[in-house]
Amino acid sequence: MTEPRDEEIRRRQKVRAIIMALLLGAFVVLVYAITIAKMGMLR
Amino acid sequence: MKGAALFTPWGPSLRWGDGKAYMTTVTAAHDSALPADWRDLLALTKPRVMSLVVFTGLCGMLAAPAAIHPVLGFTAILCIALGAGAAAALNMWYEADLDALMKRTAGRPLPAGRLDRQTALHFGVGLAFFSVLLMGLAANWLAAAILAASILFYVLVYTVWLKRRTPQNIVIGGAAGAFPPVIGWAAATGDVTFLPLLLFVLIFLWTPPHFWALSLFVRSDYAAAGVPMLPVVSGARATRQQIALYTLPMAAAAVAPWPLGLAGALYGIVAAALSFLFLVLALRVLANKASEPAGMKPEKQLFAYSILYLFAVFAALVADRALS
Repeated sequence: MTEPRDEEIRRRQKVRAIIMALLLGAFVVLVYAITIAKMGMLR
Repeated sequence: MKGAALFTPWGPSLRWGDGKAYMTTVTAAHDSALPADWRDLLALTKPRVMSLVVFTGLCGMLAAPAAIHPVLGFTAILCIALGAGAAAALNMWYEADLDALMKRTAGRPLPAGRLDRQTALHFGVGLAFFSVLLMGLAANWLAAAILAASILFYVLVYTVWLKRRTPQNIVIGGAAGAFPPVIGWAAATGDVTFLPLLLFVLIFLWTPPHFWALSLFVRSDYAAAGVPMLPVVSGARATRQQIALYTLPMAAAAVAPWPLGLAGALYGIVAAALSFLFLVLALRVLANKASEPAGMKPEKQLFAYSILYLFAVFAALVADRALS
């Protein structure tokens, strides 16, 4: 049986992991968009 | 000097190396096994302060004569926001001991014990490097260099050096908040001309009346924490005089782009009208004799109006440039 404190630790780890995944995904999309924009400026 | 006699240079015994031990006595102890909550990390970035920084940066970019690609413009504004967030996080990391002593700030993540100092330091430094690097890669390295300078100025010059030492802390330190329109302009054009420098001067001169109005009605907080803000060191009367004095050059800097031919009549008239109202409120503050926060309605009005003022002046500049 897990302690309430352990549950809180797991909950926070899960939320942080989800947020980090979303931020990394957004960063990848942003770098892709920046690359396309820079390529367009060079044409 | 009066301030030097009242306050030790580093405030209440915070020095490099012994901060952690000190924090356990002043702030609530943090449970190190508990991961930081994302909301506390977000709070470290002072999102409400960030909104004004982002807005002035955006206006600097939109007022620039060169158009920037929307994606690169969005990224540049994101970098300004992240850079401001990094500076705020590092400020909270360094000032956790002061924040614990003031009612207004005691609920922040570090003094409340919801976050450990090391996490705040890593978060702030990481965010600072990321924002500068991304700005350099997406916009240009001049904008990145100015962004880096603004973060370093806020953290090292204002937070570490000036804040606990002199009542002129926010006069000189206010320069840190004046950088965003210059960064926005530099991101769009790749250079810095006279208009963004005027916008820098405007925010630089706006900062003292804005902060001194606030510090008048939270004077007891600053006094309890040993921060040498002007009302604590020189009293309410001298602070009210300084507010009125700074308002005059601030108003001149706000209107200046019009006679100098850098903005049109629309901007000039709006800036003049808004500055006149600012001056009227500053004079009401000057006439006020109250020493307790309950009687400081003019100060509270000036503080609230000063935020609206900056938003409106910058919005007028963008509208003027768009219509001309």
